Amino acid sequence: MEDAIREFLAANFFLGDDPAGLPGSASLIEAGVIDSTGVLELVGYLEDTFGIRIRDDELLPENLDTIDNVVGFVTRKQQEAGTPT
Amino acid sequence: MSGSGTIEAPDLLAIDPEEAVEAIVASLREIVGKELRRRGAVVGVSGGIDSSVTVALCARAFGPGRTLAVLMPEADSSDDTLELSRSVADSLGVEAVVEDITPILEAVRCYERRDEAVRRVVPEFGDGWRFKIVLPSVLGTDAYRLFTVVAQSPNGEQVEARLPAGEYLTIVAATNFKQRTRKMLEYFHADAHNYAVAGTPNRLEYDQGFFVKLGDGAADVKPIAHLYKTQVYRLAEYLEIPEKVRARKPTTDTYSLEQTQDEFYFSLPYEQMDLCLYGHNNGISADDLAGRIGIAAEDIQRVYEDIEQKRRTTRYLHLGAQLVEPVPEVPAKAS
Repeated sequence: MEDAIREFLAANFFLGDDPAGLPGSASLIEAGVIDSTGVLELVGYLEDTFGIRIRDDELLPENLDTIDNVVGFVTRKQQEAGTPT
Repeated sequence: MSGSGTIEAPDLLAIDPEEAVEAIVASLREIVGKELRRRGAVVGVSGGIDSSVTVALCARAFGPGRTLAVLMPEADSSDDTLELSRSVADSLGVEAVVEDITPILEAVRCYERRDEAVRRVVPEFGDGWRFKIVLPSVLGTDAYRLFTVVAQSPNGEQVEARLPAGEYLTIVAATNFKQRTRKMLEYFHADAHNYAVAGTPNRLEYDQGFFVKLGDGAADVKPIAHLYKTQVYRLAEYLEIPEKVRARKPTTDTYSLEQTQDEFYFSLPYEQMDLCLYGHNNGISADDLAGRIGIAAEDIQRVYEDIEQKRRTTRYLHLGAQLVEPVPEVPAKAS
C-alpha cells in the first residue's frame, strides 16, 4: 500500500529530486508536496483505490498529513469495513 | 471586549480617511501619468464596496471626465448589481458603459461546462436549479476543509455533496471565464481611451490570493491593495459612496445561489479576518489577539496558519511569466 501511495504522490505532485527519500513521517503539507487541492486529490485517490469512504470528520492531519499516517488510516478503515488489505 | 491597557480591536485598523485618500490620489497621478503614460482610468464596477471606492479614487485623481466605469453583469449576477453600480457612477458624475457578458460566456460554454461538472456530482441538477460551492469553517477543528457543492431545486429543496478534485477544478475553471471576460472588456475600453486599468482588490484579497489570474487579478494599478477591508469601508464613508452600496453584504456575485466571501474563501467574516491578518502581520500573538476580538486563541492560531497556507498556495497567482534566462534589457518593474 505504501508503494502505491508513494507512486500516486510522485506521479501527481513534486516530491523533490529524490521521491523515494521522502520520509514516511514528513508532513506532506509542510514539505510543500500537497496543498488544499492536493488533499482533495489524495482523498479521491484513496477512496477510489482502496474502496473506503472518508467522512468529513476524518479529514484530519493525523490521518492524512504523512505517508505513515495515510497508510495507518487506510489500513484501519479497511479493517473496520472488513476489506482485505 | 478588550482588557485593561489593551487597544480596542477596531483601533488596530484606524485610518485617517482624508490623509489616505490624498496619498492614494497623488500616487495614482504619479503612477498612471508618469510611469504608465496613460491619461485616465477604467474601472470594472460591480456594485461592491471595493470597486466603488476604486472608481471614486480614480475620479478624484483624474477627474470624472477621465474615468470610465464599465458595468458587466451576467446571467448569475444579483438583480441589484446593475442598479447599485449605476448609482455609484452617477453619484461621481462618471460615464458608465454597460457590457452584458452573458453572450460571451455562452459562446465559450462557461455555463455549460460548469453545469456538466455540477451534474456529475448532483445528477438531478438541471433547469431552474441554482448552486454555490462552500467551505466549512476553520474554527473549532484542525480538519482539512474540502469544498462542498450546495444545489437548490426550483422548489427550494437543497442537495449537498463533497466535490471531487476534477469537478471542483472544472467548476472553478469555467467560472473564471467571468473574471477573464470582464478584464478583456476593461482593456478594450482602456486601449480605446488610452487609459490604464485600475484593479479593485483590497488587502485581504490581494494578500490571500482571492482573485483570478489574468482575470480580476490583472490591472495596471491597484489603488486599495494595501488597505484592509475595514479601512476600505471607512474610505467609502468619507468618499460618500451611496449608502446602499456600503450596506451591502460582501458576496462573490459569481454563483447562482448567493455565496458570502467567507463561506467560499476566507475563514471568517471580513471584520474578524481583517483583524487576524493585521495581528499576524504585526506579530500580535494569538493569545493577545484573542483577548481583543473575542475569538478563542486556538482558533486564531488556526486562522494564522490558514493565512500562511493560502499565501503558499496562491503565490503562483502573483507571479508573471517566468523566464528561463534573464533579459536584463527589459525591466520587469516600473523605475
